[in-house]
Amino acid sequence: MSETGQTPRVLKISILRYNPQDSNSKPRMETFEVEEAVGMTLFIALNDIREKFDGSLQFDFVCRAGICGSCAMLIDGRPGLACRTLTETLDQEVTLAPLPVFELIGDLSVNTGKWMRGMSERLETWIHSNEEVDLGKLEERMEPELAEAIYELDRCIECGCCVAGCGTARMREHFVGAVGLNKIARFRLDPRDERSDEDFYELIGDDDGVFGCMSLLGCHDVCPKELPLQTQIAFIRRKMVRMGMK
Amino acid sequence: MNIIYTDVLVIGGGLAGLRTAIGVKRRGHEVIVLSLIPAKRSHSAAAQGGMQASLGNSIKGEGDNEDVHFEDTVKGSDWGADQQVVRMFVNTAPKAVRELAAWGVPWNRVQRGEREVVINAEKVTIKEKADAHGLITARDFGGTKKWRTCYTSDGTGHAMLFAMSDQTIANGIAVHERKEALALIHDGSRCYGAIVRDLITGELSAYVAKATTIATGGYGRIYKVSTNAVICEGTGTALALETGVATLGNMEAVQFHPTAIVPAGILTTEGCRGDGGILRDMDGYRFMPDYEPDKKELASRDVVSRRMTEHMRKGKGVPSRYGPHLWLDIAILGREHIEKNLREVKDICQYFLGIDPAIDYIPVRPTQHYSMGGIRTKYTGESQTLRGLYACGEASCWDMHGFNRLGGNSVAETVVSGMLVAEFIADFCDSKGGDIDLSTGLIRDFHARETGRLAAIISSTGPENAYALRARMEEIMMDKVGIFRNGKDLEDAVNELESLLIRSRNIGIRTKVKSANPELVSAYRVQKMLKLALCVALGALQRTESRGAHSREDFPERNDRDWLKRTLGVWRNEQDTLPTLTYEAIDVITMELPPGFRGYGAKNCIEHPDTAQRVAQVEQLKAALQSADRFTLQTALMQYDHLLPRKYQGKNERLGEQLP
Repeated sequence: MSETGQTPRVLKISILRYNPQDSNSKPRMETFEVEEAVGMTLFIALNDIREKFDGSLQFDFVCRAGICGSCAMLIDGRPGLACRTLTETLDQEVTLAPLPVFELIGDLSVNTGKWMRGMSERLETWIHSNEEVDLGKLEERMEPELAEAIYELDRCIECGCCVAGCGTARMREHFVGAVGLNKIARFRLDPRDERSDEDFYELIGDDDGVFGCMSLLGCHDVCPKELPLQTQIAFIRRKMVRMGMK
Repeated sequence: MNIIYTDVLVIGGGLAGLRTAIGVKRRGHEVIVLSLIPAKRSHSAAAQGGMQASLGNSIKGEGDNEDVHFEDTVKGSDWGADQQVVRMFVNTAPKAVRELAAWGVPWNRVQRGEREVVINAEKVTIKEKADAHGLITARDFGGTKKWRTCYTSDGTGHAMLFAMSDQTIANGIAVHERKEALALIHDGSRCYGAIVRDLITGELSAYVAKATTIATGGYGRIYKVSTNAVICEGTGTALALETGVATLGNMEAVQFHPTAIVPAGILTTEGCRGDGGILRDMDGYRFMPDYEPDKKELASRDVVSRRMTEHMRKGKGVPSRYGPHLWLDIAILGREHIEKNLREVKDICQYFLGIDPAIDYIPVRPTQHYSMGGIRTKYTGESQTLRGLYACGEASCWDMHGFNRLGGNSVAETVVSGMLVAEFIADFCDSKGGDIDLSTGLIRDFHARETGRLAAIISSTGPENAYALRARMEEIMMDKVGIFRNGKDLEDAVNELESLLIRSRNIGIRTKVKSANPELVSAYRVQKMLKLALCVALGALQRTESRGAHSREDFPERNDRDWLKRTLGVWRNEQDTLPTLTYEAIDVITMELPPGFRGYGAKNCIEHPDTAQRVAQVEQLKAALQSADRFTLQTALMQYDHLLPRKYQGKNERLGEQLP
């Protein structure tokens, strides 16, 4: 800020505080004042708050580069990655809250890891193949465009934003979310996975799967990786309807 | 006291740890993985540019094989690497890529026919072979003779980690998330597991195992500006150090990556330069050809980082409130290429800098990136001095990188070392030596010790602040133990770090709870980090030569005569304030590739007395075996095949090299 000669803003960051480990803790909003700096992100601001004002403040950052998906939270009510949110893109008063739907660990920290592992186990998000691969031999060939198309869907970082932005997930505890449906789309596209649409129908052919989606598409709007969730969910739904009609 | 028993305990849920877990599980052993965070969030995911393996499918990789990969890696290491380990690695890397392909990694593939690429800032048309169509392709990286780096756009580590983590789940392997190992349980000669803290409840448990593996990555966060994730604090490495028995190797060998963005320190992949991007100074001038006319921007990382620093010292850096920086120009690659192959870089530029790299230059500066040093192990991954303790990946020093690692060799190492070390661990668990004969009293002692330590920090009214001590440590490492080093600064660094360590024994905290408590975590971690910082600084002070990434202004020559050796650090007593360093000689007479010139800058080396003799031997052997195939010659020069687990001993098929 001093670069432009202006006085830096004093941000008022209000955080939803609650520690389930502490029986005396009650959910409350707490506001901290932080002097803004050039290039400041919420990663920097939150660490500032922890170091200067409250060492007990819980939040999760790992890569701080927008690629690991640890730091998803509600930023002024909208799910997003805190690490890559520059404070200059926010108003002077900012509200932060943990992602809904997921189990709360404390303050801004939620247990997305447990949720995602459960989803992976349920949808069996791995290549199903009975082929024994000889690692000394040339690899199986794949069309370059197909590899790129699979990567496009493989870019999901399991941050949980789509689940937090999902209407169905609020009502149906076991809904697999856009993250789950996108995984099915990804493995369905992959010729190395020997599962058929019948197999996929067993996994997502119900209201906890693709038929639970109400097409509100909050997921698509908030996905930090801009995955093509809208088209993928529609596509998978068509395929699964066809299976259901059989 | 909660005690959990398993055959193999793996600490760390990144690529190395997970591949180890899958390997031992497939051999029939029970395994538990501990992770500070959900495994898919591990720092492995940040590897952008790719993984080296000599498949040789792309036309620019034609003629590549294990021999070329071996030579690049040994030269890159400035002859610090263990050449047998390098051989094990280069022979397994193609198998690792192919295994990951079968597990679903969408590696980019060769497209037959002509395509335009940028080489040396000029557009060039290359023609891919028709018979390579659909095989795994590769891009160029620094310090390599061939295009050898296999990739998926610039999200390679992400794609690899997700495939690996999904395999972990498919194999029914338990990953205990948000758990932190505080200490290893051992009796001075054998390791039996770890005391582990639950980061949510604060509860301490004992995990008891036949074999314990540390795969916790590097220690980059002891530096102020690092590309590493915030969890890369080296605390896994410190677990080994604090046994007082296990040794750490070459801790002073720390790599700076040429192109992290300023000021955030976030990496932009070497793939930027591999794909044709160039470096410019304050005048927009491309300076690297002046320093390294041959490899230019694609010299080895340590070399490029030093040249950039030299150039900035000449006043050619772009001034900014965060100090001088240089420019990375990838706009010359064109928007289409960037949006397809460098999309993470584009995202990072957009979100953290507010720029479009298809138009704007990216502000970059050399930044701490990789820890060549780590837990010293045998080629099996087992500690040389503490039985039952294993390490692999960046946390270990087995030692394939010596004093500088090549881009793309680290993410390859994570998987390869996991594959190999898992087999050695499984053999160990199958053997009589794997049995444990452990008194529960020993477990109780360690549990009580760690409980007491935490209680002492919580109840302490000491005047020291963990964050302040840490900030000062980070500054010292950056300013005095950085890219260029000298005796005076290093001496200052050691002295001040030592006083910080003493002060860290008197930290007081405000948050007095035992459960989730970030302030408590900072307090106990900074004590561990300071010990590592002292290993790095003291190792650097005592090593009076320049080798790879360790560059002494007061000793600019590589000194094979006195310093062709590995540094071993041990922390003998809890109350010590400095590590004890010893040295392990590297044998020249058994080298396949005797010490020589790396090909950068001026020849500047004090020769080892055995070098001439070994060079002569190697030349004789080569002359005598002129008509033999490359495998016969290689075996004559240095045997290594017998060291590999049997299942990974085979040769690798290539388009131009069919298997019999």
